[in-house]
Amino acid sequence: MDQGHSQEFIQHLINGISLGSIYALIALGYTMVYGILQLINFAHSEVYMVGAFAAFYVGKALGLADHPGVLALLVLIFSAVVVCSLLGITIERLAYRPLRKAPKLNILITAIGVSLLLQYSGQIIFGADPKLFPEVIKDSPLFSIGTVEVRSLDLTILIVSTLVMAGLHFLVHYTKIGTAMRAVSSNANVANLMGINVDRIITYTFVIGSSLAGVASVLVGLKYPKIDPLMGMLFGIKAFVAAVLGGIGSLPGAMLGGVILGLCEEMVVGYLSSTYRDALAFGILILILLLRPAGLLGTVTREKV
Amino acid sequence: MEMRDEAARSQALKSIPGPLIGIVILIAIAYLLDATANPYTQFVLTMILANAVLATSLNLVNGFTGQFSLGHAGFMAVGAYTSAWLATRPELAFLPDYLKFLSLPIAAGLLAAIAGYIVGLPSLRLKGDYLAIVTLGFGEIIRVILLNSEAVGGARGLYGIPAAAAIPSLGMSEFISQFSISSIWLVITFVTLWRIVHSAKGRAFLSVREDEIAAEAMGINITQTKVRAFVISAFFAGVGGALFAHTVKYLNPATFTFTKSVDIIIMIVLGGMGSFTGSVIAAAIITVLPEMVLRELQQLTGVDLRMVIYSLMLILFMILKPTGILGTLEATDILRKLRERFKPAAAQESK
Repeated sequence: MDQGHSQEFIQHLINGISLGSIYALIALGYTMVYGILQLINFAHSEVYMVGAFAAFYVGKALGLADHPGVLALLVLIFSAVVVCSLLGITIERLAYRPLRKAPKLNILITAIGVSLLLQYSGQIIFGADPKLFPEVIKDSPLFSIGTVEVRSLDLTILIVSTLVMAGLHFLVHYTKIGTAMRAVSSNANVANLMGINVDRIITYTFVIGSSLAGVASVLVGLKYPKIDPLMGMLFGIKAFVAAVLGGIGSLPGAMLGGVILGLCEEMVVGYLSSTYRDALAFGILILILLLRPAGLLGTVTREKV
Repeated sequence: MEMRDEAARSQALKSIPGPLIGIVILIAIAYLLDATANPYTQFVLTMILANAVLATSLNLVNGFTGQFSLGHAGFMAVGAYTSAWLATRPELAFLPDYLKFLSLPIAAGLLAAIAGYIVGLPSLRLKGDYLAIVTLGFGEIIRVILLNSEAVGGARGLYGIPAAAAIPSLGMSEFISQFSISSIWLVITFVTLWRIVHSAKGRAFLSVREDEIAAEAMGINITQTKVRAFVISAFFAGVGGALFAHTVKYLNPATFTFTKSVDIIIMIVLGGMGSFTGSVIAAAIITVLPEMVLRELQQLTGVDLRMVIYSLMLILFMILKPTGILGTLEATDILRKLRERFKPAAAQESK
């Protein structure tokens, strides 16, 4: 391997990690809801899409594209997080809560329904044509090691997602809400008997998961500036694959899965062909479900009669 | 009541004349429509038949076996492309036209069934939600493969697909040919699925739906049963795809996206998961609704509300009436009960 090749490889590595950390943020939302409700929240990818549009409209209203910088980034993230959290709560209240005791299949169908509803109302409200996301972080090479460039955008994505994930880790492991969430996830009935308001914890879970999707939506908007109402679908499924890859229900698993998926995708695009880029995630999903259904960091649960 | 429903159903459709009468009636309708309806209405009505085949076949997996497949459009695509491709082969020109188009769905179904087997064998070891995602993934993979297959037109799609030709000596127009072939296949599909579900093997499907662990304890091979349901379902999805191909005469990979699978799911949710007659009724409603009502609405509002309304319907049905129109009842059960209510004396005698 000569110099040029290894540098190209490192460049792909950086791209892959930055893409992967976005997958990880969305995957965390899937895995948290799954951990508590055993439900694939199909609507999660649309929450993320709506977040991107919220940030887009706020950015447009405030003219943030002309004042790039960290402050503008924070404003965008804040607005996306607020809108996503509200949407997450609404979806949970209106669509999932009435079905809490219903068969799992019915909730799954509802989730698909909510996802489609948001997609297609999004097409009507936002318009089907792609919008250009405000470029609040100018993408320029910050510094280079050899000929490998570290770009400001990749660094921003990495810093933001690392901070958010560290915050989540703290929240889940060192606060009362986090303890309650873990209790509900391990056994909702017992948690209820111990005086935990399960419904409220579920709401918190949706708020946190949706907020992460909000952060991710801004980062994606910066990395791939064209946003449209169908952007959530494929990205969401890939993030879900990342969650399954890491072991669904496991937070470190979602992070690991996201980064692995991002790397795999970047390497396939870089060295093979971009045609099968989207089929790759499904290939990984099928492989992992066959070889290690619990995921890399998940625990195997035996079904008891 | 449940037991008597079951007893009546397992006796139904056992004889040959019943289904034949069904076919004759449908063909008579075809002649009637040929004289009265315009080509557009005829097209929509032929689509009902293809959609009914698709919905009943999906109901076998999602309704009767309790699995959740989101990839029905994939198998439909396999069938549609197979049939469309074979129809243009000069090697098959020796077959009489009507017979050729009557038998093409068999080839389409077989290939779709093989695809179903390949998909089903690994993924049916998984449960509910995982299965949904994996089947969705396979559906997408099939679509990506079609998109990259230049032999079947790739992204441009496949144009000029022939349909069964007119037979002037029998007074059959092209529409009557296509409609009658679709009718025959709908009846074959319906009767086959009905008889399967009410056979000993079919009870295995139901037991898997009700309780996998209990079914396994009764000596039922869970994975094998699921794969069997999946392959049969894929076969008829292929048949439905073939009927679809020769009705619309143009195929494009973009037709067979996730949204198409959801269309079929909406039909079985609306009709009732676990009711074949419900699926047929819902297929008719869902096929006609966008053409009649939603088209007007679109002209009125200027936006395409079809999927918004469909997805709202999904959510509302799940929250308010998760069983759909018929639940696990069949239309025949309801008819029989109505008969008994209005003719109590006759019912007494028959007992």
